Amino acid sequence: MKRIAGNFLAGLALALTVAVFAHAALSITGAGATFPYPIYSKWFDEYKKKNPSIEINYASIGSGGGIKQVTEGTVDFGASDGPMNDEQLKAYQDKHGFGILHFPTVLGADVPTYNIPGVSAALNFTPEALAGIFLGKITKWNDPSIVAANKGVNLPGNDIVVVHRSEGSGTTYIWTDYLSKVSEEWKNKVGKGASVNWPVGLGGKGNEGVTGQIKNAPNSIGYVELIYAVSNNIPYGNVKNSSGVFVKADLASVSAAAAAVAKTMPDDFRVSITDPPGKTAYPIASFTWLLIPEKFSDSAKRDAIKGFVKWMLTDGQNYTEQLSYAKLPKEVVAKEEKTLAKVQ
Amino acid sequence: MTATTTIPSAGPISGSRSFLSRVREGDEIARLITFLFAASVVLVTVLLVFELWQGSALARHKFGLHFFFTRVWDPIAEEFGALPFIYGTLMTATVSLVIAVPLGIGAAIFLAELAPARLSDALEFFIDLLAAVPSVIYGLLGVFIVVPLMRDYVQPALKNTLGFLPLFTGAAYGIGFLTAGIVLAIMVIPYIISVSREVLMSVPRDQREAALALGSTRWESTWKVVVPFARAGIMGSIFLALARALGETMAVTMVIGNTPTISASLFSPGYSIAAVIANEFTEATGALYTQALIELGLVLFLLTFLLNGVARLLIVLTSQRGSGTAHT
Amino acid sequence: MSARLRWRKFVSGFMLAMTGVCALVTVSVLFFILGYLVYHGGTSINWNFFTKLPAPVGESGGGMANAIVGSAKILLLASLIGVPIGFLGAVYLAEFSGSKVAFVVRYAADLLNGVPSIVIGIFAYSLVVLPFNHFSTMAGGFALGLMMIPITLRSTEEFLLAVPRALREAAMALGASKWKTIATVIVPAAYRGILTAVLLAFARVAGETAPLLFTALGNRFWSPGWNQPTASLPVMIFTYAVAPYDDWHRQAWAAGLVLLGLILVINIIARAILARGIAVPRA
Repeated sequence: MKRIAGNFLAGLALALTVAVFAHAALSITGAGATFPYPIYSKWFDEYKKKNPSIEINYASIGSGGGIKQVTEGTVDFGASDGPMNDEQLKAYQDKHGFGILHFPTVLGADVPTYNIPGVSAALNFTPEALAGIFLGKITKWNDPSIVAANKGVNLPGNDIVVVHRSEGSGTTYIWTDYLSKVSEEWKNKVGKGASVNWPVGLGGKGNEGVTGQIKNAPNSIGYVELIYAVSNNIPYGNVKNSSGVFVKADLASVSAAAAAVAKTMPDDFRVSITDPPGKTAYPIASFTWLLIPEKFSDSAKRDAIKGFVKWMLTDGQNYTEQLSYAKLPKEVVAKEEKTLAKVQ
Repeated sequence: MTATTTIPSAGPISGSRSFLSRVREGDEIARLITFLFAASVVLVTVLLVFELWQGSALARHKFGLHFFFTRVWDPIAEEFGALPFIYGTLMTATVSLVIAVPLGIGAAIFLAELAPARLSDALEFFIDLLAAVPSVIYGLLGVFIVVPLMRDYVQPALKNTLGFLPLFTGAAYGIGFLTAGIVLAIMVIPYIISVSREVLMSVPRDQREAALALGSTRWESTWKVVVPFARAGIMGSIFLALARALGETMAVTMVIGNTPTISASLFSPGYSIAAVIANEFTEATGALYTQALIELGLVLFLLTFLLNGVARLLIVLTSQRGSGTAHT
Repeated sequence: MSARLRWRKFVSGFMLAMTGVCALVTVSVLFFILGYLVYHGGTSINWNFFTKLPAPVGESGGGMANAIVGSAKILLLASLIGVPIGFLGAVYLAEFSGSKVAFVVRYAADLLNGVPSIVIGIFAYSLVVLPFNHFSTMAGGFALGLMMIPITLRSTEEFLLAVPRALREAAMALGASKWKTIATVIVPAAYRGILTAVLLAFARVAGETAPLLFTALGNRFWSPGWNQPTASLPVMIFTYAVAPYDDWHRQAWAAGLVLLGLILVINIIARAILARGIAVPRA
């Protein structure tokens, strides 16, 4: 009886091992931002359909995680909506002996999304209001600075519940980058980064976690990437841009935000487009980047990743708009295709 | 089966056979192999403690004892303080014990003293099953059942009645110390019950009988004689439960709010050591950040280690007392 | 009967009834959890759940086929690490060792048992993920295997020690060497208890999530071999539960039901085996 059981177990182990080793696909692992996760998951799915022998597995753990794990070498590529700073680039260079390149993939937007019982309209937020709420100085929804921009909306006197990211996040980087530009107090007190010392608020994990929190908590406000608010049917507000216009985040306003920088894009693609000039530009938009090492020891992986990036820059861009991400400007695409040759 | 056995050359006890005969019979090899496996347990444990110690070296040298008293957790400024996490861990554990201990001891008394043996065994079976439910499932139930319940009913009710206490002030988010404490309480009750039940059952009969003979009621003999006799073991079960509560990760991170805040209010969101490690470890960029998290892991490990040790000591003491003669 | 006596009797009855209430509350929590999971999970379990891979974010349909297989692989590896070490280590403790060595090994096992699972995750990350430069099934299996060792070791040791001396002495009197005694007499005599120990250890780690967060990571596709990240049931439950999509919530319930069902069934089987008593080896 025991012998039968033993043989059965051995047979099972063997079968499983064979089954999994027989799976011949080349497997590439990437990790990072949750900001573009909806479009990335769509892309990797579609790419697999077109190239069944290449599987790109992307773990959505946050931009901070993407930077860290690609630096540690535990993943083949990273993804982040906050570009790596000079220190992090140097750390990568020191550890590996070669550098890492940024490749913009799409344009997206951080929107202030909220759950106020009885309010389904799109509220108008001034930079001062946003900074005040996230600094914890504006504590009620019917605060004068919010009411002033939203005449005609019946805002309750409830306490504002602030929701932010609990882990290192590019979405946070974009949001705090914007707040640092529009609020001196924010810049001095909190600063910009993927992980900051938040004055107030609850932490949610990933864009998904923050959206989940907002959906469940009345009187809450948080910042998420546009598609998360749209696909979950939660209202999001308009933000006043540098020209004084309240702009809603959509394909046009996000593309307008990138227009100014498209022609003057730096070679390493690290650029911030928050609080840009332009009457129709949405002020809290950003590129999001794939972090790809300059050298690969595995040529199959290198070719697979390069192949994906090429596809992403051409066919891939056709999938972005239905998920509310804006396409890359033509000039940026051209520049990226030239930079791709640097990956060896 | 008998044809190949050899008759040992010396006496029947293996220790006095000659070394060569032991090797020939394969005993030395068996001893060596099993020794290697047993040693690997020790090796891996030592390695774990070593890794924790080494992996937090930078942080320990930079912050020293200040680590335990600093409130700030700022990855940008690279200032890391453990206080909010220690506070959150201890706070949620305390809340969970406040709920779990009375319920647990009460249930244990029922099972040990009152229930007929078959009912007691049957209920104990179910309670052991409760202990087997994985943490993430408690988290799942916490998020979808407990949190809305707290936010919509319990917290407003507490605020209206006991709102003057600093414990129950602040907005009712639904998540926070109180909710985490409640979920943890459900998780640790089975430990309190099963250990307490055992130690209560090991109290010698004559203790109870003497009390009853002197005219005490059932309850008085239980509460004033049996329970104090088993006191150490019950304390042990509480420490065991506490150790479990401190190390709990998933259920807590799903309902505590993930904000490093120190607040007297139970409604406030907070953070625990295990939760912050789970959330931030994969993305702690920079050596100091990672090492600060590992140092937190070391702290947690030491805490649970101590508690488990004390718990076991207390339980052993009670069982020994129970099997010996009664003290006066 | 004096008033004081009446009062004391009342208190006695009341307090004892309260203890009954405590027991009732505790047990009903278990039934409530089970009932809720069966209701929500049961309505969400469908064929898709078991056979399909996760769909892209925001799209419905999709299942957890890869997570189920991933969990199976991780648990298999964990058992391959935890069971032999625990079992053979216990054999050493029960049969061969002196008391000093036994004390050290037992102490180490108890220490390992008390380590919070997230700390085991950190350890496995430094030991397996970093050197191999991969999140992997292997790392996840290693972490869970570590957690299985102490449970298997201590329980097996207890059951081995419980085998009556008479059996050992009889075997040795017949001329069997020590290891033959162990292999053919003692272990079979204790096999029920050992099996129970293994099953309980397995059930314990089957639900663990925290260590897998930084070892197996996750995977939206099938995970080939042992050196790639893999999806697992507990991590999927966590990820889906905190997300805002209703479809993901339904899948989380279904996964919760499957996981809990598996664990409870194993627990019940293990206890049933034990309850039938330690088997005496057939002649």
